[in-house]
Amino acid sequence: MTTLDITEDIVGRGTREGAALFRDWFTELDHTANTGGQSAYVFVMGSINEILKSFDLPVVFPEINSLQTAVRHVAHEYLEVAESYGYSPDICGYVKADVGTQLQGGQHPMAKIPPPSLTVLTNACNTYIKWAEIWERMYKTPVFTIDIPGTRQDGCQTWPGSSDFEADRKYIEVQLRELITVCEEVTGKKFDIDKFREVLTHANTMSRSWKRILELNNSKPSLFNALTDGTIFLGVANGFRGTEEGARYFERLVEEMEYKAAHGIGQTIEEKYRLLFVGVPCYPIFRRFNELFTDWGGTFVNSTYLWFASGGTNRGFEYDLADPIASLAEGTLISVRDAMDSMFHQNVALKDMAEEFDVDGIIYHPIKSCRTVSTGLADGRKHMTDELGIPSLFIESDMMDRRVVSEAQMKNRIDAFFEGLESRHKQAAAGEKG
Amino acid sequence: MTMTATRTFDEWRNKSLDDALLECRDMVESPDFETVQRWRDAGGKVAGHFQVYFPEEIIHAAGMLPFKVRGAPMEPNQADSHFGSYLCSILKTSLEMALSNQVEMELFISHPICDAARNLAAIWGRNVDYPSQILYLPQNPNSSGSVEYLRHEYDRIRRVAEEVSGVEVTDEALRNSIEVFNENRRLMRELYDIKRETPWLIAAEDAYALVTLAGMIPREEHNELLSTLLPLIKERTIKPEDRIRVVFEGGFCEQPPFDLIRMLGRTVYVVDDDFMIGLRWLTTDVAADGDPLENLAYSYIEHSSYSPVQHDTRKPKEDMLLTRIRESRADAAILAAAKMCEPGLEEQVTYTHALDDEGISYFLSEFEENMSSFDQLELQVATFVEHLLFA
Repeated sequence: MTTLDITEDIVGRGTREGAALFRDWFTELDHTANTGGQSAYVFVMGSINEILKSFDLPVVFPEINSLQTAVRHVAHEYLEVAESYGYSPDICGYVKADVGTQLQGGQHPMAKIPPPSLTVLTNACNTYIKWAEIWERMYKTPVFTIDIPGTRQDGCQTWPGSSDFEADRKYIEVQLRELITVCEEVTGKKFDIDKFREVLTHANTMSRSWKRILELNNSKPSLFNALTDGTIFLGVANGFRGTEEGARYFERLVEEMEYKAAHGIGQTIEEKYRLLFVGVPCYPIFRRFNELFTDWGGTFVNSTYLWFASGGTNRGFEYDLADPIASLAEGTLISVRDAMDSMFHQNVALKDMAEEFDVDGIIYHPIKSCRTVSTGLADGRKHMTDELGIPSLFIESDMMDRRVVSEAQMKNRIDAFFEGLESRHKQAAAGEKG
Repeated sequence: MTMTATRTFDEWRNKSLDDALLECRDMVESPDFETVQRWRDAGGKVAGHFQVYFPEEIIHAAGMLPFKVRGAPMEPNQADSHFGSYLCSILKTSLEMALSNQVEMELFISHPICDAARNLAAIWGRNVDYPSQILYLPQNPNSSGSVEYLRHEYDRIRRVAEEVSGVEVTDEALRNSIEVFNENRRLMRELYDIKRETPWLIAAEDAYALVTLAGMIPREEHNELLSTLLPLIKERTIKPEDRIRVVFEGGFCEQPPFDLIRMLGRTVYVVDDDFMIGLRWLTTDVAADGDPLENLAYSYIEHSSYSPVQHDTRKPKEDMLLTRIRESRADAAILAAAKMCEPGLEEQVTYTHALDDEGISYFLSEFEENMSSFDQLELQVATFVEHLLFA
């Protein structure tokens, strides 16, 4: 095999294999729906896949289903169904696209979505709670909240060894044990601790790999687009957490990224400006949204989205198999709390990230649909500018609702931002020469 | 130092009932929050706590004034630039109150009641120089671990209160505070009994003012106010009118403007509601013996009201609303939601479907705390009422 063959085989492999796994996942869901099989509805910030996969429950991520309707340009059809049912235009578009899906018997562009046999959610987003209440009423199936206390004050996280941390961890452990009982009741299967350990082993591989992949993107040029490629990786990280396929995928992804780093292979464009992305992508015009930046040579090297939408697994927490349930409680607390901090207290992380990834600018993209992510961004940006002085852009739109996405307006703002960056770079270059 | 003897609201004293109620309304409507300033002028410290529920007993036992942060009738001139679009008003006016020093405090505590409000502590913390904390009330009250967890969380708040106040919060002080608040809970229940049984004796806006004052004056003082006025209200000789009885639902966080409540009071009898429900959250007395923090935690889990921002499988909101309607013998419901309030708007859908199923009439509306024109709304409500009266 020549070097060229190796390059062709390995470069872009993660994207190809991720897309294939995605199709497999939805094929399984379609089969489940058509055969009346069981499924669990879960969310990206704390899916607790570790327990659900121990019971072989197919998992449905309604957030991912919803964003797929936007990426496929049909979200408005689902939003209209939900709004006709009574849901306000001011309610999260993910919720409404899902309500539209449910009211149409699970019909979705990628597969028929099975109804939930069980719903597991965390409090990382309050809308999760309201959303799950909808299914609770629609299907009368169990809804289980894993309540995860977050950071009480900026910079005051507690850690193992403190009584406050232990109180939180213990509360989560009690709930996880209760969830196991609910899973036993729903599936009719006995909890198998050995299988659970196996699932945790796969989850550990994935967390370790995910952390490494994110770190590797500080290469120059950056190896993958945190906005577009990152979303594919996230899909696998969520849907396949705790599975052998998921672990294998991420090991191979690390291999790909290390290969690219070693050979100086970057993204498909010439990288002129390294950017951080804060918020949630604009899915209704996903490709075009990205192009508005890449056309100027802007590449996204990291994003808070890759942290919180992976449930904080970017921390790379690995479970202790000797005490698996207690350790799952600890890992869930640390990881999901980190996901919440990525949304509410991201300035410290941004500071580290800006230095480590040598970024030229930060793009803040608050969206109408998600107040969890968006409410604090204007204030966060104000303080980031005061403290770090990094050039930034603040553009508002939505992740679902094309009615509040104005591409022309967005383009004007983005162009102006890059013009500013360009002039800044020229001045800096002139200063160096002078 | 104990501050519980400090009086912050004397205007109502030695006045006729009507004049006393007028003073109460004026105090609640004032954007200056004079009672808090008076407390501070006397050397007291203030802990602001955002909607919905907060265990005020802990702050009270530390000798501080628990102040309910519920927005304010002011323009968010400074606060606006700290937020993006698509947000409810209460977040902005609450922060405005802090940024403009309209209300000064030593501690701010919020609870992650919704996606927007859970950002408030971080935003507040970046902009003030006193602690801005989050109290994590259990979002899984159905777990067997919730009481123990909450007891620990309350103990953490006790430690925060001690640090800020410089006062040791003993179990004895907590038990004393529980007694004070139990008396207040009893009086609040009495007030709502009047609303339900003889709504013609108290106007909707007067009842609202009496409840809201609890969040801005020392609770002993509030007990004195209610103990004095409630008997006088009961002695009134006002005759009942031919008005429909309604439950108002949607005032659990952002509050409707006072004039909106006044307008409703002119048109219907508001026999029950969720205005400032956090101040009336615990529905029974809290045990005053034994471990006070555990008692408070137990009451939160086992004996509490409901709102769109708490999920409890034992308390489906639509069932709770139907119970509220039945127990108050209401003819209809006003289902309101603050603009941009996701939990409120989501619950409206549930409520409307449940009331449709039960054949109960309802009026659906959105409001904003600082809206000032009610002509169209009043006309709509009047039409709704006429429809019910003459259908």
